[in-house]
Amino acid sequence: MTDIDISLTPEQQVYRDQLKCGFKQLDAVFADCMEEAEAVFSEQGIADYLSGASLVCMIGRGFEPVLIYLEEMPQIVQCTDESMIKTISQCVWDFSRTPNGKSILPFLQSIPEAARRLGSTEQLQHYIDVIFDMMKRTTRSIHGHVDTIPSDGLPELLNQTTYLLHELSIEGIKNWIDYGADNYRNHPERQKDYFSLQSADSRAVFQRERHGTLFTDNERKLNLYMHGLWQDHDHFVPYSLGFDELRKPKPYYDSLGIRVPDVYDDHAGISGINRYRATIAHIAAHRRWGEAIWADNFSPFQRISIEVFEDSRIEYLAIQKYPGLRSIFQALHPYPIEGSCDDVHSSCLLHRLAMISYGLLNPEHGYKESKINEFIARFHEIMEQGEAGINDMVQLGISYIAQSKQASDSFPNIIFDNTVVDYRDDNRHLWKFIEEGDEEESFDDKKEFERDEHDVDKLPPRHYPEWDYNSKTYRPDWVSLYETLHYKGDPEKINQILAKHDSLAKRLKKMLELLKPQQMVRIRYQEEGSELDLDVAIRSIIDFKSGHTPDPRINMSHRNDGRDIAVMLLVDLSASLHEVPEGCDQSILELSREAVSLLALTIEQLNDPFAIAGFHSDTRHNVRYLHIKGYSEHWDDEVKSRLSAMEAGYSTRMGAPIRHAAHYLENQPADKKLLLILTDGEPADIDVDDEHLLIEDTRKAVEELSSKNIYTHCISLDKKADDYIGDIFGKNGYTVIDHVEKLPEKLPQLFMSLTK
Amino acid sequence: MSDQDIKQYQISEEPYYESQEDEVALYEAAYEARLPVMIKGPTGCGKSRFIEHMAWKLGKPLITVACNEDMTASDLVGRYLLDANGTRWVDGPLTTAARIGAICYLDEVVEARQDTTVVIHPLTDHRRNLPLDKKGEMIEAHTDFQLVISYNPGYQSLMKDLKQSTKQRFSALEFDYPSASVETSIVMKEAGTSEDIAQKLVKIAVTARNLKGHGLDEGISTRLLVYAANLMNKGIEAKAACRMALVRPITDDTDIRDTLDHAIDSIFA
Ligand SMILES: Nc1ncnc2c1ncn2[C@@H]1O[C@H](COP(=O)(O)OP(=O)(O)OP(=O)(O)O)[C@@H](O)[C@H]1O
Ligand SMILES: [Mg+2]
Repeated sequence: MTDIDISLTPEQQVYRDQLKCGFKQLDAVFADCMEEAEAVFSEQGIADYLSGASLVCMIGRGFEPVLIYLEEMPQIVQCTDESMIKTISQCVWDFSRTPNGKSILPFLQSIPEAARRLGSTEQLQHYIDVIFDMMKRTTRSIHGHVDTIPSDGLPELLNQTTYLLHELSIEGIKNWIDYGADNYRNHPERQKDYFSLQSADSRAVFQRERHGTLFTDNERKLNLYMHGLWQDHDHFVPYSLGFDELRKPKPYYDSLGIRVPDVYDDHAGISGINRYRATIAHIAAHRRWGEAIWADNFSPFQRISIEVFEDSRIEYLAIQKYPGLRSIFQALHPYPIEGSCDDVHSSCLLHRLAMISYGLLNPEHGYKESKINEFIARFHEIMEQGEAGINDMVQLGISYIAQSKQASDSFPNIIFDNTVVDYRDDNRHLWKFIEEGDEEESFDDKKEFERDEHDVDKLPPRHYPEWDYNSKTYRPDWVSLYETLHYKGDPEKINQILAKHDSLAKRLKKMLELLKPQQMVRIRYQEEGSELDLDVAIRSIIDFKSGHTPDPRINMSHRNDGRDIAVMLLVDLSASLHEVPEGCDQSILELSREAVSLLALTIEQLNDPFAIAGFHSDTRHNVRYLHIKGYSEHWDDEVKSRLSAMEAGYSTRMGAPIRHAAHYLENQPADKKLLLILTDGEPADIDVDDEHLLIEDTRKAVEELSSKNIYTHCISLDKKADDYIGDIFGKNGYTVIDHVEKLPEKLPQLFMSLTK
Repeated sequence: MSDQDIKQYQISEEPYYESQEDEVALYEAAYEARLPVMIKGPTGCGKSRFIEHMAWKLGKPLITVACNEDMTASDLVGRYLLDANGTRWVDGPLTTAARIGAICYLDEVVEARQDTTVVIHPLTDHRRNLPLDKKGEMIEAHTDFQLVISYNPGYQSLMKDLKQSTKQRFSALEFDYPSASVETSIVMKEAGTSEDIAQKLVKIAVTARNLKGHGLDEGISTRLLVYAANLMNKGIEAKAACRMALVRPITDDTDIRDTLDHAIDSIFA
């Protein structure tokens, strides 16, 4: 260590004596620290500071915690108040009494940033509480009461604090942490994934807690904007700003869609939704008025310059079409201040171009520099002539680079301040490349794309939320549902079933006939009709007798009112279907198959749009949805063969299949929509111990459907179903079939009576 | 029927009509040949106005019937009325038109039930007559008589389509909203507004028409543009007038409403 002046003032010597800490390194910094402390703290504050440092010294984690405490405390207090001096040292001490000693340093290091972001004692206290709470909940013990195993997630969490503090409010952080601590308390690896923001649900909860205008909430609106104002029909793919630390990604578009950020905060007086619109307008304008040019003919500087003029050109055209865009673009465009860039030591090219770009948007830019004004004027001259294309911008761009060149332009120290226009895309579509080398890259891209295409065969999973009744929140994207076509068996099997039930089928047919005439509606006020409408006739006679003109429309007739109902049958295919109920000689699966066949036959005759699917689950990561019959398919051999192959296995997680079935049903144009669920037991899965959880989730799913005007009805074969089924499906939303062997007969009847 | 009665169906002043393409010439030819004409097109695009204009241009009386689902054949053909002295036959509008040689315009004909629409069949083929079954009379249509029907294929349900045997008795003109320049001059003339405002209104309409099928059943009609301009004439600020006349009537969907409101803000900046 080099010799530095470590002499203390007499006063400081007194302080030094109060600090009970023997690390030699302390001498080198003490004077500096005290100088700052004396400037900031009261006398009491200084006393607390010194005893606090003594406490931190005592935890036996070396000198570093002491140094951080001494160095950072004054700043922390400036954002909060002096009570923090004691609080923090006590926290460090408490921390050291747990098995989480390794995390003390990162914790201490996170405090200054937290104080700056949160800006109040109260908020900082929240922050500390939240961290401690998480630590307590995730620190485990092997035997008995004493905590012995450090928290797995805590180091990961402390790694993320800066980012969390930037993106979320403290409540958001708390909710995000709570979720992870609740759900992964006993899963070390998943806990780590969660708190390092790796796992999907971690990111999903994070997004939910995030402020600003979320893309997901506004996707439809943005599609409407794109269709309505730009007649552009591409789709959007959101990306996250959160997980790329080095370079914030910019919007762009390519053959796979238009990439936009997943969230926009209000900024510069422009609402999040209008920031999205600005981005989309800019991109739409490129797509409408732009074209790609060969990149190889230009130097990098020329390309940057051309991009600026081209961006301005297409925005000029967009503003002509929608003048209101100007104020939005202008507010979002950074305002580079003339003369703020030191062009002796750094490269100011971007700065100058940004000034031009701003000046092109805002006529009152007030810039003095003559070259900048000259090019702004030249741009407007070209644009006002009309029909300016990208080649005019190429000319402008090149000529600006040539005329404004400065030696410092190629310095490595490039000034980026106020040069990034974040609603503009990265212009990758602007350039075409001839070089061979680049082709390789694009070939790679292509290959990856093709692989994706291939996978379409096996549909990617759909994610559905699940309701957690404990916390009264949805667990976002909790369940992965895979939809596949049910494999095929022999359709003859179904024909045999139908033959076996021939007499039942005939009876059902008669019932169907009865069903039809009841679909008549009366039409009154007919001059000619099938019956006299007495009410009207009497009125007419009275009119006539009293000398008024009678209404001659005294008849009524009947009209066949078309049924307008779409049906979805969801069949539970869990392992318990293999059971052969007492007194039966067939398994529930066989009976279900027969019942579904007869129901399908019935509905086909009624001509109602009708679909069938089966489901079972093997944890939330693997819920299977087996397509048996779609709305566009008829009751034919194809469908029969799938039905005949129907097999049972795994568990009964019901919420996600219901939600999935609903999304098909929703798209049916029918007036009334009915979801029938055929099951033999209560919702359950092997990864859930709490038996209420899936029941509550199913109840919630049914609620969601009813808000979408879908009527759900459950047919249960579980004799004990009365205990729970009413809670799920509502008082009239279920039928329990006690004699399972009657199912083939009951199911179609039930359907008919439901839709009468 | 007396001349006096016919006169009430004559159109004395030229109804303003801005032609979109060659529909005037096409219609004149159809009239020359006494072909029945069907006019298709979205609501408020100028179908009724066109017929009024043509009737005026040809100097023929015009009888318009707005169809609805309660309408029966007698409402078109006529019926016996009972009065204190017994019964009295009263011609329906279709019969009147056939007698006096008017253009009979059945507006939104699909609204009428199919058993009603068949009464027009004999008038629309070579027979050109109309049997009044109840009265036991057969009317030969006047040589000037022509039948015109309108309908908007957009929002009709499948149930309400016209029968093929009805459709195939007509020649048809398909209307759409006018081109931007034509629509601009319509708004200017109808409401007496400046070209600038009319152009902006038309742009908003175009935006909404692009959203048809994305949650809008029909785009903003020319009629509504004229309404908006009229509100502005009464001193209402442009954006407020647009919201009131163009957006609120056509949608309850908040996403669509927001998007159109934003379009208004962008266009009337
Ligand atoms: N070509 C046109 N020339 C003049 N005015 C027009 C024209 N097209 C539309 N308009 C204006 O639009 C208004 C609505 O037109 P009109 O009543 O003819 O619509 P329509 O097609 O008959 O609608 P609907 O199907 O609802 O009856 C007219 O009152 C007129 O102001
Ligand atoms: Mg009309």
